Amino acid sequence: MLVTAAQLTHSHGDSGAGPGGWALPVLIAAAMILLYLAGVGRLARATRPWPVARTASFVTGALVLAVAVSPPVEALTGGDPRGHMVQHLLIGMYVPIAMVLGAPMTLLLTCLSPGHTGGMARVLRSRSVHVLAHPITAGTIATAGLYVLYLTPLYTVSTDSVVVHHAVHVHFLFSGYLFAWSIAGPDPAPRRPGMPARAGVLIVTAGAHAYLAKLLYARAAELPPGAGHEPDHIQQAAQLMYYGGDIAELALATALFTGWLARRRRDRARRISPTTPPSNFRTAG
Amino acid sequence: MTGGQHPKEPLPLEQRRSLMTGAMIGVALMAAVDEIVFHQLLGWHHFYDRAARDVALLSDGLLHAAEVVLLVAGFVLLADLRGRHALAARSAWAGLLLGAGAFQLWDGLIDHKVLRLHQVRYGVDPFTYDVAWNVAGLALLAAGVGVAWRNRTGADERSGRRPSA
Repeated sequence: MLVTAAQLTHSHGDSGAGPGGWALPVLIAAAMILLYLAGVGRLARATRPWPVARTASFVTGALVLAVAVSPPVEALTGGDPRGHMVQHLLIGMYVPIAMVLGAPMTLLLTCLSPGHTGGMARVLRSRSVHVLAHPITAGTIATAGLYVLYLTPLYTVSTDSVVVHHAVHVHFLFSGYLFAWSIAGPDPAPRRPGMPARAGVLIVTAGAHAYLAKLLYARAAELPPGAGHEPDHIQQAAQLMYYGGDIAELALATALFTGWLARRRRDRARRISPTTPPSNFRTAG
Repeated sequence: MTGGQHPKEPLPLEQRRSLMTGAMIGVALMAAVDEIVFHQLLGWHHFYDRAARDVALLSDGLLHAAEVVLLVAGFVLLADLRGRHALAARSAWAGLLLGAGAFQLWDGLIDHKVLRLHQVRYGVDPFTYDVAWNVAGLALLAAGVGVAWRNRTGADERSGRRPSA
């Protein structure tokens, strides 16, 4: 394992191309897309409509993920913090948001037979999932990961070791997904706090992101510790982080408020005609 | 959607909500103008000023994040009000001007002078610029108060109620 890691590190440092070339990214994206489309096909056979926008969003997320870890983008990250930042924005923000908006959990729940749905509902209703999927927990996990990466030597370690490099990506993807789901996900999230609380957590988390970006800019000569990049490049990476974060915040806020409005309208319509189905997808049977 | 019941009666306009919606958009638009015109186009402000302390940077980051959320929330609420035919247009305009003026004054007094995040322009005596900046903010606020005042009397006339004399 150590030998493998060292060899991988070597190839990473030399050519800038990641391990496995195109095979791994293509495999991951293809598996996710095929599973998702299989679910949509199953619903279509049962003549249950599934919004095309959700499919498009999820497929886009999976494709962008493949591009983000593909050899050309990996090559950009070789010793250049701007390449790293682009990769981090894609994997940690845009990919998770696109996938969350595809509502894969709702798709799975709709496809499963009632017996299996109960098991998944139990998981979703468990206390640990409530705590983990709370916007404050999710926001803290995502933000803490960023601060640890850029303010400790972890960033430098991640540029030297392929294993750590990919572990950071996995953390970005999952923490980003958890956060996007907790704030604006159309998927069921039992006991999720209301719109004002979620908007507040979004502001604080995005503010912490913007602050870290300006901190990197202000201390470009020292941060990230031990990285030894050109301060100019760090400053450009920090600006990418700042404005790139704005785009993600804009997308999340749009999903949060339009989702809130759609729920309000359905609730209003339901008060007028009680036949309209309930707005919240309930996991409880 | 609630408008379907009594199509002949004019629907009640939601003045307070329209005003708040306008104010949210006004604050966010002014912040966007500041960011785009003064930072990006004119290059008068800097992305970061050496004199700024960490706590000022943090408050700057939080405000910036809040502005983005306000802009989206404002436009979504506006779409909702319009969709329900409950938008009181003049209240919304008054809110827009009040929000824009309040943000301009906040930026001119708190950000520039108290927190010293950055100045309006560098390499020149900032006094004239500060005066112009804050007078513009006051003018926007005054215009907002004016529209709100006219709107108040106007609304009373329209609904057949005269201000009690």
